[in-house]
Amino acid sequence: MNDMTPTREQRSAALEGMGCKRKRVEDIRFTQGKGNYVDDVKLPGMLHGDFVRSPHAHARVKKIDDTEALKVPGVLAVITAETLKTVNLAWMPTLAGDVQMVLADGKVLFQNQEVAFVVATDRYAADDGINKVVVEYEQLTPLIDPFKAMDADAPVLREDLAGKTSGAHGPRKHHNHIFEWTVGDKELTDAAFNKAEVTIKEMISYHRTHPSPLETCQCVCSFDKIKGELTIYGTFQAPHVIRTVVSLIAKLPEQKIHVIAPDIGGGFGNKVGAYPGYICAAVASIVTGKPVKWVEDRIENLTATSFARDYHMTTEIAATREGKVTGLRVHVLADHGAFDACADPSKWPAGFFNIVTGSYDFPTAHLSVDGIYTNKAPGGVAYRCSFRVTEAAYCIERAMDILAQKLDMDPAELRLKNFIKPEQFPYHSALGWEYDSGDYATAMKKAMESTKYAELRKEQAVKRAAFKRGETREIMGIGVSFFTEIVGAGPSKNCDILGIAMFDSCEIRMHPTGAGIARMGTKSQGQGHETTWAQIIATEIGIPADNIMVEEGNTDTAPYGLGTYGSRSTPVAGAAIAMAARKIKAKAQMIAAYKLEVHEDDLEFDIDGFRVKGLPEKFMSMKDICWVAYNSVPPGMEPGLEAVSYYDPPNMTYPFGAYICVMDIDVDTGVYKVRRFHALDDCGTRINPMIIEGQVHGGLTEAFAIAMGQEIRYDAEGNVVTGSFMDFFMPTAVETPHWETDFTVTPSPHHPIGAKGVGESPNVGGVPAFSNAVNDAFSFLGSTHIQMPHDYWRNWKAAKELGAVA
Amino acid sequence: MAKTHITMKVNGTEVEGLVEPRTLLVHFIRENLQMTGTHIGCETTHCGACTVDIDGMSIKSCTMFAVQAEGSDVTTIEGMANADGSLSALQEGFRMMHGLQCGFCTPGMILRAHRLLKENPSPTEAEIRMGISGNICRCTGYQNIVKAIQYAAAKINGTQFQEAAE
Repeated sequence: MNDMTPTREQRSAALEGMGCKRKRVEDIRFTQGKGNYVDDVKLPGMLHGDFVRSPHAHARVKKIDDTEALKVPGVLAVITAETLKTVNLAWMPTLAGDVQMVLADGKVLFQNQEVAFVVATDRYAADDGINKVVVEYEQLTPLIDPFKAMDADAPVLREDLAGKTSGAHGPRKHHNHIFEWTVGDKELTDAAFNKAEVTIKEMISYHRTHPSPLETCQCVCSFDKIKGELTIYGTFQAPHVIRTVVSLIAKLPEQKIHVIAPDIGGGFGNKVGAYPGYICAAVASIVTGKPVKWVEDRIENLTATSFARDYHMTTEIAATREGKVTGLRVHVLADHGAFDACADPSKWPAGFFNIVTGSYDFPTAHLSVDGIYTNKAPGGVAYRCSFRVTEAAYCIERAMDILAQKLDMDPAELRLKNFIKPEQFPYHSALGWEYDSGDYATAMKKAMESTKYAELRKEQAVKRAAFKRGETREIMGIGVSFFTEIVGAGPSKNCDILGIAMFDSCEIRMHPTGAGIARMGTKSQGQGHETTWAQIIATEIGIPADNIMVEEGNTDTAPYGLGTYGSRSTPVAGAAIAMAARKIKAKAQMIAAYKLEVHEDDLEFDIDGFRVKGLPEKFMSMKDICWVAYNSVPPGMEPGLEAVSYYDPPNMTYPFGAYICVMDIDVDTGVYKVRRFHALDDCGTRINPMIIEGQVHGGLTEAFAIAMGQEIRYDAEGNVVTGSFMDFFMPTAVETPHWETDFTVTPSPHHPIGAKGVGESPNVGGVPAFSNAVNDAFSFLGSTHIQMPHDYWRNWKAAKELGAVA
Repeated sequence: MAKTHITMKVNGTEVEGLVEPRTLLVHFIRENLQMTGTHIGCETTHCGACTVDIDGMSIKSCTMFAVQAEGSDVTTIEGMANADGSLSALQEGFRMMHGLQCGFCTPGMILRAHRLLKENPSPTEAEIRMGISGNICRCTGYQNIVKAIQYAAAKINGTQFQEAAE
């Protein structure tokens, strides 16, 4: 060996594989304004479509008059439900087994519901046309309060369901009832409560909010009449699912539908579902024979294109006097709005809410969820969380604090006392999950040490005494949250969307020069897949990540996958990548054995190639093997070096973390300051620590927004009062706290590379940490639970109600 | 609607076009000039995705009419790279510090940061946070954007960039 021979460390570093803080390949185009987002797509002759929307939350549509609109220069067509009925598309099926109006059919059921679709030569003309469509309404009594939905005299919202006593998820109890979903052992749980030494009960609400990615939902549909083919460019987190849905509902052969998701400007769950805009743009293109673009504006996005949360959770814990939990009982009133368009796997009407036992060893639990209709926007997407997991984490983490308060015990100590222990994994929860791995106490203690938790509590005690003596008007809260997520949907045995099992896929093709392309069933919306997927391949097969191009979002070239949401990409597609790479590696080993004239078993993989065991000088690099694969493969072997893997995960993955928030609140103004926020995450094996940290920062910022003010709020008439960025809380750099991050690593035992997924953990764990901090601040004044969001006004109101403000 | 002839300088090049009086500048840039790096996120001047630089000021182009920019000197993200095509200090800073994820706010953020550093070449963290508070990012939580701007400031000033300890 001469001095120029790279060391093992240098060879390994050159790969930029797993564990490397690799800089993102996407950034080269994004920093230069050269991304290609849907609104950047311009096709020859392209038209623009835009919606006439309902000003009313509940009304009968008496008449739609488009006479004047069609006289507006540039307006070519006005599509209504009557038009759509001619192609049987006035209604569409939802992912949750309900049906949803594409355009108002006889009635409108929420404010800003889509009533008519105006197609024009440009977006200004379409807007002119909208102003000339005359719609005659007869107003009906709106139903806004979910707690009144099942009153005997509640207005009938869904006349189309008249007489239907059961829906996709079983019996319906009332004309505004969608489903009841129960899990757990009721008898055993009731018994635990009957003999409990201590119990708590609280109605914990998680308000309605919205994912609101910076790029709204949009599409360009182009129908080729000669070929009978429909091409759809769209902001789709799950392009293949969209293709299948369009095929099923539009009755077009699936091979004639081309779905392309180009760069996406954030998704956070908002871009999973199928919305009326997509259907209308497709129909408009079929009708006019020209490409049609639909781009919603921000108000439309916030008020009509889905929502998140809106769970009202009556929560009870049974425990011993020493603080050992013995039972959990939760009833959820789930407000689904006007149609059940909740984006969950088919068999899970309340998502994975049954993760609500959290990180604690509950011997028994019982859960029931009632889904109901109200005059609000439909949807129910997982806003940066796995399906209904953030609601569950908030529920249990708030309830554990309430229990700690009742027991006069430190909330961190209560958690440590009840954690599932490392030796209990794989752990079977009382509500049916098998947790894969965890070391909760280690994570909790590490976070407590980093934040000097004990000292914080001492400081708080001093401050509280000073407050009571009238020496300060500031109160201090310490919010503790320890969450367990359930992500990586999911195993085909219990997860499907419209009957399609929730596997994911990867196809790798190596080229002769030692480069390659990986095509995926996932779709990045900012997560950096082009960077990290290549890192997995780099480590697995020893080709530099820079030599691997990752392609997503084109259904013609990518293998079928279920897309990116619910932190499923790394747990499912990440595994598919590793498995496809291992197939490549296995063939490469056969090729190397042939060329090095040894048996395969005499070879060992060494960073970037195969080496003959015991003969270190006999080595063949992966780069050279790629060439041989296209030049002189062993006799009987097919040439080429490519592989595809469809990965059906054996289980979900269970990331976890310990978050601690320190907050000071001025009782006279309600103004809060987040003094510290410490987030320790355990997402198993870490692929790119830089990207993980970025994901945590972003998720915490969204959690901060939700907990401290971000809400879709309706008045009694059903008007959305937070329908623009003026009223809908969007933290800027000024309000956003500084984030401290840390980690532990507990690999998933069933995942090929041990990774668990991280994108959504900070939202799931962050919301309870903020809310617990606010509640902890007020607790010494006599409160047990203050509902989110904790904006300045509500903080001041809480202080006033507790007698701290005159 | 009758159209008006306008001329302006965009990224150093004289451009012209026919627009309706109501045409927004962002639409003129994106549709007429076919420069799609400037984005639209809210149409109400809250998010800053449409930020461009006009005559030495950061302007949100979604609430300015194209006719109002008559005769102006406009810079968009397409004009931000170095003359030789390499990434400018700010563009490099955003990449090196992981100051972007989905990339949708990035052009507006870079344009705003560009003007901020012209106004204040060595801003403190608080000044940077206040300086970019007209621009919303949904992905990064701003912490790495602050670092990206500090990185760029150091590079432009020829000083050592010291990443703050966590």
